[in-house]
Amino acid sequence: MAYGIKLLVWGDRACFTRPEMKVERVSYDVITPSAARGILEAIHWKPAIRWVVDRIQVLKPIRFESIRRNEVASKIPTGNVKSAMKAESTSGLSNIVEDDRQQRAATILRDVAYIIEAHFEFTTKAEPGDNEGKHLDTFNRRARKGQCFHTPYLGNREFPAFFRLIEEGEPELAVDDSLLGEKDLGFMLHDFDFQNGMTPRFFRPVMTDGVIDVPAFHDEEVRA
Amino acid sequence: MMTAISNRYEFVFLFDVTNGNPNGDPDAGNLPRIDPETNQGLVTDVCLKRKIRNYVSLEKEETPGYNIYMKEKGVLNNQHQKAYEALGIKPEPNKLPKDEAKARELTQWMCTNFFDIRSFGAVMTTGVNCGQVRGPIQMAFANSIDPVVPLEMSITRMAVTTEKEAEKQSGDNRTMGRKHIIPYGLYRAHGFISAKLAEQTGFGEEDLDLLWRSLINMFEHDRSASRGEMSARKLIVFKHDCAMGNAPAHTLFDSVSVERVDGEPDSPARQFSDYRVRVDSESIPQGVSVEEKL
Repeated sequence: MAYGIKLLVWGDRACFTRPEMKVERVSYDVITPSAARGILEAIHWKPAIRWVVDRIQVLKPIRFESIRRNEVASKIPTGNVKSAMKAESTSGLSNIVEDDRQQRAATILRDVAYIIEAHFEFTTKAEPGDNEGKHLDTFNRRARKGQCFHTPYLGNREFPAFFRLIEEGEPELAVDDSLLGEKDLGFMLHDFDFQNGMTPRFFRPVMTDGVIDVPAFHDEEVRA
Repeated sequence: MMTAISNRYEFVFLFDVTNGNPNGDPDAGNLPRIDPETNQGLVTDVCLKRKIRNYVSLEKEETPGYNIYMKEKGVLNNQHQKAYEALGIKPEPNKLPKDEAKARELTQWMCTNFFDIRSFGAVMTTGVNCGQVRGPIQMAFANSIDPVVPLEMSITRMAVTTEKEAEKQSGDNRTMGRKHIIPYGLYRAHGFISAKLAEQTGFGEEDLDLLWRSLINMFEHDRSASRGEMSARKLIVFKHDCAMGNAPAHTLFDSVSVERVDGEPDSPARQFSDYRVRVDSESIPQGVSVEEKL
């Protein structure tokens, strides 16, 4: 792992929504590789690189909480925007929220902390100037200083993620006792296959003493 | 398009409620939201964003560029059209496929015209990724500093709704109702502003000043029977001297401490002066400046 990184992320709340329960959102027990990738990309990303999550370490007990909020039902219809642009007027374009309201509950995680271990690979957009050292340094420098493109988040933007770089040779952080042993987490989203029309791919993580080894995206255990 | 802001910001916002319900929980019959594990009061991110939107639509009325997309009828029933000042939109020349370029143009137009889309983002049904705008402002849930104790008040109304009820009560005509209040709660919210995402939506310095104004003043225009007395108490802004930032957000938040002042031990807090807010300026790293806007 010549160009791997370890990042500690934590926050008060998190919601890694299960795709089969996304209306009344229910979070997975742990962070998905897809959400972990999003956190890394919030700190440093260029089209030349692709982050690959190798391991996820869960540090705190898995606890849930429910919260119900007023949400709107619809997205902005493109057609209306087009006609408003033509008419050069925004009147009547707004959404009256009282008429478009849904109350949705979300079952979210409380008080989470993870260590994300990842490395990056080069994409076809990489140019000769893109060398490993450069991107690795950029990421490490930013993570050390707390710099980010935008504040990373734990599944939803209202759940900000705090982060800290784990330096090489740092002592292991304690894992909560409740996580010891083996736990089958069932099928979980690995990530989207953007090359193939955003197909979601799933894998079956087993958490051993809080550690989840993430298989490679195109591994045979990862299924679309 | 305004020139986008070029600094990253974090902010700590303190507000309090006296004898009111800052944010009802639809799951609990509109009781004030409570974190079941700690008994701290909660106010959701979307509750605060709603108030920001409402303040902006009051201050800016129909000013072009400051429209609010997610409207509440009660605030703006003003659907008549003012003379519209067309704002020139120049989609950046790029080699995107046509529909994506078109989607980007639509998105830009929406950002230019609607303050809430420029600030908080929005999702459009374009199917291309550009149809989704991530706004620069991120807000987390607000928590009360101490556990809060909601009280349930029974109230009576000297009238009834239907004839039938009146007959039943043979003209006594009274209804009982309930109100839920928190005697006092001081809440702390954290927010984040990304300069890089501001670039993408055109969120500029004037927008930023408007955001600070709306945080400071939003409760002044949100009075109602259920809210009791709500006031913005402190707005502490951390400004990084660059777009990517100079310090981890958590270290900045840690520098703001809110403590009970010495008084009766374990007595419940009932006013803002029961707390002391301190900003440990010693611990603020280089390249970050602190400003107390309130």
